[in-house]
Amino acid sequence: MTEQILHDSAFIMPGILIPLLPLIGFLINGLFGKYLPKAAASWLATSAILGSFLCTVYVFMNLNAADSVTIDLFQWIAFSKVNIGFSFLIDPLTVVMLLVITGIGFLIHLYSIGYMHDDEGVTRFFTYLNLFIFFMLLLVMGSNYLVMFIGWEGVGLCSYLLIGFWFKNDAYNNAAKKAFVMNRIGDLGFLLGMFFILFNFGTLEYGAVAEQASKLTPNSMLLVAITLLLFVGAMGKSAQLPLYTWLPDAMAGPTPVSALIHAATMVTAGIYMVVRSNVLFAMAPHTLDVILIVGVATSVFAAVIGLMQNDIKKVLAYSTVSQLGLMFAALGLGAFSSGMFHVVTHAFFKACLFLGSGSVIHALHGEQDIRKMGGLKKLIPITYLTFITASFAISGFPLLSGFFSKDEILAHAFEQNKLVWGILSISSMITAFYMFRLVYLTFFGTFRGTDETKKHIHESPITITLPLIALCILSVFGGILGLPSVFHATHLFATYLSSVTEPSKAFLYEHEAISHSAELMLMAFAGIAAIASIWFAYQKYVTKGEQPADEASLTGLNKWISNKFYVDELYDKAVVKPMLVLSDLFMVVVDKLIIDLSVNAIAWFVGLTGRITRLFQTGNTGFYIFAMVLSMVVLFVIRLLA
Amino acid sequence: MITLFLLGFPLLASLLTLASGNKLASKLALVLSVVQLAITAYAYSIYKQQGAEAFYFFQEWISNPKISIHLGLDGLSLLMVALTNFLTPLIILSAFNRTIERAAGYFSLILLMQFALNGVFMAMDGMLYYIFWELALIPIYFIALRWGGPNRVPVTLKFFIYTLAGSLLMLFGFIMLYWYNPNQSFDIRDLYNASICACKQGWLFWTFFLAFAIKIPIVPFHTWQADTYKEAPTQGTMLLSGIMLKMGTYSLLRWLLPILPAGVAEWGPLAITLCVVGIVYASVIAIMQQDLKKLLAYSSVAHVGLISAGIFALNMQGFQGSVVQMLAHGVNVVGLFFCADIIFNRTNTLNIDSLGGIRNLAPKFNTLFMIVVLGSVALPLTNGFIGEFLLLFGVYEYNTWLSVFAGLTIILGAVYMLRMFQRTMLGNVSENITTFPDLMWNEKIVLGVIAAVIILLGVYPKPVFDIAEPALQLILDKSIVK
Repeated sequence: MTEQILHDSAFIMPGILIPLLPLIGFLINGLFGKYLPKAAASWLATSAILGSFLCTVYVFMNLNAADSVTIDLFQWIAFSKVNIGFSFLIDPLTVVMLLVITGIGFLIHLYSIGYMHDDEGVTRFFTYLNLFIFFMLLLVMGSNYLVMFIGWEGVGLCSYLLIGFWFKNDAYNNAAKKAFVMNRIGDLGFLLGMFFILFNFGTLEYGAVAEQASKLTPNSMLLVAITLLLFVGAMGKSAQLPLYTWLPDAMAGPTPVSALIHAATMVTAGIYMVVRSNVLFAMAPHTLDVILIVGVATSVFAAVIGLMQNDIKKVLAYSTVSQLGLMFAALGLGAFSSGMFHVVTHAFFKACLFLGSGSVIHALHGEQDIRKMGGLKKLIPITYLTFITASFAISGFPLLSGFFSKDEILAHAFEQNKLVWGILSISSMITAFYMFRLVYLTFFGTFRGTDETKKHIHESPITITLPLIALCILSVFGGILGLPSVFHATHLFATYLSSVTEPSKAFLYEHEAISHSAELMLMAFAGIAAIASIWFAYQKYVTKGEQPADEASLTGLNKWISNKFYVDELYDKAVVKPMLVLSDLFMVVVDKLIIDLSVNAIAWFVGLTGRITRLFQTGNTGFYIFAMVLSMVVLFVIRLLA
Repeated sequence: MITLFLLGFPLLASLLTLASGNKLASKLALVLSVVQLAITAYAYSIYKQQGAEAFYFFQEWISNPKISIHLGLDGLSLLMVALTNFLTPLIILSAFNRTIERAAGYFSLILLMQFALNGVFMAMDGMLYYIFWELALIPIYFIALRWGGPNRVPVTLKFFIYTLAGSLLMLFGFIMLYWYNPNQSFDIRDLYNASICACKQGWLFWTFFLAFAIKIPIVPFHTWQADTYKEAPTQGTMLLSGIMLKMGTYSLLRWLLPILPAGVAEWGPLAITLCVVGIVYASVIAIMQQDLKKLLAYSSVAHVGLISAGIFALNMQGFQGSVVQMLAHGVNVVGLFFCADIIFNRTNTLNIDSLGGIRNLAPKFNTLFMIVVLGSVALPLTNGFIGEFLLLFGVYEYNTWLSVFAGLTIILGAVYMLRMFQRTMLGNVSENITTFPDLMWNEKIVLGVIAAVIILLGVYPKPVFDIAEPALQLILDKSIVK
C-alpha cells in the first residue's frame, strides 16, 4: 500500500508540470509579451512545450503499462449532491496522447518560430498556441468527464482564436465563428450525455462510471442514450458528418495551427473520448453501429470531395476529415486500440503534410492554389522529399506507418463486415489518388506561377525543415509500434494500451481472427491498390500532364463534387436563414405586436376606465342622488332574484 | 449591531454624498462604497466564525398589524449582499472620466439604491421586505428619468407603472398571507410555518409570481426591459441588470417557494416552461439585434430565464446553480454594459453595423471585453459555466426534454455573442471610427476586476457553494410538498 502511494507520488510533480508549463508560458506571454522581444516570446513558448514533453517522457519511462495514477488537485464543483474534483488521471492512454500532443506540439512550435517570424502578431500567436496546448493537455489528463469538457471547450476557444488569428479578414472571422458554433452543437450533446451519467451513476469519474455501467444490461436505453450523446460531441469536435463543414473553413488559420489543432491533436479528441469510454460504448452495440456508419460515410464522402479541391490546404483538410472517419470506423468495429494507433500515425504524417504545405506556401509567398504551382521538387528539395514520403505514408504504401495502421483497421473490417471493408478500401484508394494528384501538381511538371514568384522561391530555414524531417522519419517508422501478427512481433501499441481497452473486451462480440494467409492477402491487396492509385495519378497528372479543369466549365457530378455537394449552401438555406427570419419574426410580430401591444392595451384600458368613470364626477347633487337610488333598486332586484 | 451597520451605512453614505456637492460627490461615493465593501468582508468573517445567528436582529415596530424590523443574513442573503456591495463601487467607478451633471444627486441616488437593495436581501419580515422592494424603485426611477437618453420619459413611465403594478399584487398577497397564517404576522418564521391551505396557495402563487416575473423579467413580462436598459444611463442599466433583477430571482427562493409549496407544486410546471421558452425566445431575438444595449438586454432575459428555470426545478443543483449564476450574471452583465458604454463614449453609436475593427485600436479593451464575453457564453473555467452547468443539470433532473430545449442556449448564446463581438471588435476599422483611445485608468480597474472575478469564480466556486448550502437546504426542505 505505502509502496503504491510512494510510486504514485513520483508522478505528481511531473503530472502537474505537464499542463502547468504551457499555462505559465501563456501567462507570461499574455501579460508581459509586449515588453518582450518577439524572439524571446517565441522561444519561451517553445521551451515551455519542450519542458512538458520531457516531463511526459519521464512519465512514460516510469509508468508501467498496467498502472493508472490519479492526482487530485482540488474539489471543483462540490456540495451535498454533486462532487466533481479537479483531478488528473495518468494511464497508458493518457500517456500516448501526451506524447503526441507535447511531442508534435513542440515540433510545431519550433516550426512556427520560422514560419511566423515576419508576422506582427507573433507574440499573440505563441500565447494562443501555449493556451491551446494547456487545454489539450487538460482534455486528455482529466480524470472525469467534466475536466475533459474544460479542455474540450478550451481547445474550441483556442481554435476560434487561431482560425480568426488574422482578425482583419472577415471571411476568417466567419470561419472562426462557424467552428465555434458548430462545436457548440456537439458540445450540447456532450453536456447532456454528462447529465445522464451524473444523474444515473452519481459520478463523472471514468473508472467509477465504467464500473457502474458494467452492471447494466448491454444495449439498455440508458447506455445507448449516453453513448449517442457523447458521440454527438465527438462528431462536432472530430468533424464527422453532418458536423464537418467547419473543418475545411478552419484552414483560414495559419498553417501551423492547421497542422497542430486541425490535424494532429484537437480533432482527434473525439476518438480519444470514445476510447476513454470504451466500456460504455462496447456495451452499446447500437451506438457502435451508428459510429461505424457515420465513420465509413464520412471517410468516403470527404475523400470524394478531396478529389476536386485545388487549394493545397483544403485537400489536406478533407483528407483529415476522411481519415478521422476511418478512425471512427475502427471504433465502430470495436477496434479501440486500432483507432488510437491510426490517431498516432495520422498525427505524424498529417502534421508533416500540413507543415510541408506551409513550407510550400511560405516559398511561394502565400500562394495556396495548386494550379499555380508545379515543378517545385528541385527548388525546395527537403520540403519535397518529406512531403512525398508523408504522402506515401498516408496512402498506405507498403511498410510505411500508414500502411500498418490502416491495414489493421481494414483487417478488422474484413473480419466483421465485408461491405465495410470494401468501402473503406475504395476510400483508401481515393485517398492515395488525390494525395498524389496533389504531389504531382505541386512538385512535378513545370512551374505555372509568375516568373516574379519563381525568382524568389527558396527552401525554408532550418526551424522549418527540422520538424519536417523529424515528422517524416516518424511517418516512415511509426509502423513499428504496431506490427501485425504475421510478422511474429509483439504489437507494442496494442499491448501498451491493453489495460485501458481490456475491460471492454468482455462486452464485444468476438470475431474469429482471420488466418495469417488471409491477412497477408489483404495486405498485399491493400499495397497493390495503393500503388495502382499512385500510378494512375502519375499517368494522369505527370505523363499526360493534365491540369484541374476550370470550375466554371464543370458539369454534372464533377460540378457537385467541386462545390462540396453544396452542403454549406444547404445548411445556410435550411438552418441559418430560417433562424434569422425567426429572429425578426419574434421581434417584430411576437414581441412588438402581440406581447407589448397587450401590455399597452391593458394600460390603455385602465386609462379608458378612468376617462369613462370621470364622466360620472359631474358635481351635480341631483345626479348623485339619482345614481344612488338607481343602484339601490338594482341591488334590491338582484337580492330578490338570488 | 453589525447587521444594522451593514444596512444603515449606505443610507448614511447617500446623505453624505448628497451634501458633499457636485465636485466631490463621485470621489466620496466611491470611498464610502468601498468602506461598505469592507464592512461586508468583515460580516463575512463573522459569518465564517459564528454562522447566520450572529446577524439576527429583531425589533418590534408596529403592533397592529404586527410588523417588526426583523433582519437577518443567512448564506443566501450574505451572497446577495456581497454582490450588491461588490458591484456598487465598480458601478460608481465606471462613471469616472464621464461628464455627469448634478453629480451629487446622481451618486447619492446610486447609494440610496444600494441601501434599498441591502434591505431587500436582509429583511426577514414580509412588510419590511416589501417596503425595501418598493424603495428600490424610487432611486432607479429618478436616475433613469433625469439622466437617461432622449426617449426616457415614456420608457421610464412604463417601467415604473409596470413593475409597480406587479408589486401591488405582491402587497395584496402579503396581506392575505397575514390573515391566513395562524400567528397573524409578516414574520418570515411565521410565514414559513404557516401551512396555508393548498386551496388558497394556487392563486396566492400568482400574486407573488407576477411581481417577481415582471422584475426578473420572465417572458412574456419582459417588454419594459430592453427600452429601459437602452434609455437609462449606464450606471442605471448596471444597477438594474446587475443587481435589481436579482431581487426577483432571490425572492423566488426566499419568499415564494418555501411559503407556498403547494402553489409551486400546482403552477411550477407552467412557470418553468415559461422560463425555458423565454430562454430560447430571447436568445433567438438577440441574434438579430442591431443595438448593442438591446442585444445585451435580450441576452440578459435569456440568462435570467435559465436562473429562474433552475429555481423552479426544485433541486439542490438547480438552487446552487441559480445562486452562482446570479453572482456570475451580475458581474458579467455589468461588465458587458460597461463595454457598451466604453464604445458609446468613444464612437457615439451603439449600432453594431456601424462599428467594427476596434481591436486594431484598443488591444487591452479587446482582451478584457473578450473575457467578459467568454464568461457570458459560459466557457468552462469562467463563472458562467459553473452556473449554466448546474442550472441545466437541475432542469435535466426535473425533465429531460426541457433541458434539451434550455440547452439550446449554449449554442444560441455563442451565436449572438460572437456575432456581436465580431461586428464591433474584429475586421477592419469602421469608417465611423476615427480614434478609439484604449482604456482609461478607471476603465482598466473596473474591467480588470470583473475579468479576474470571472475566472476566479470559474476555477474555484467552492466557497460560494459552502456559504449557500445550509440556507438553500432549508429552503429546499420547505419548498417540496411532502
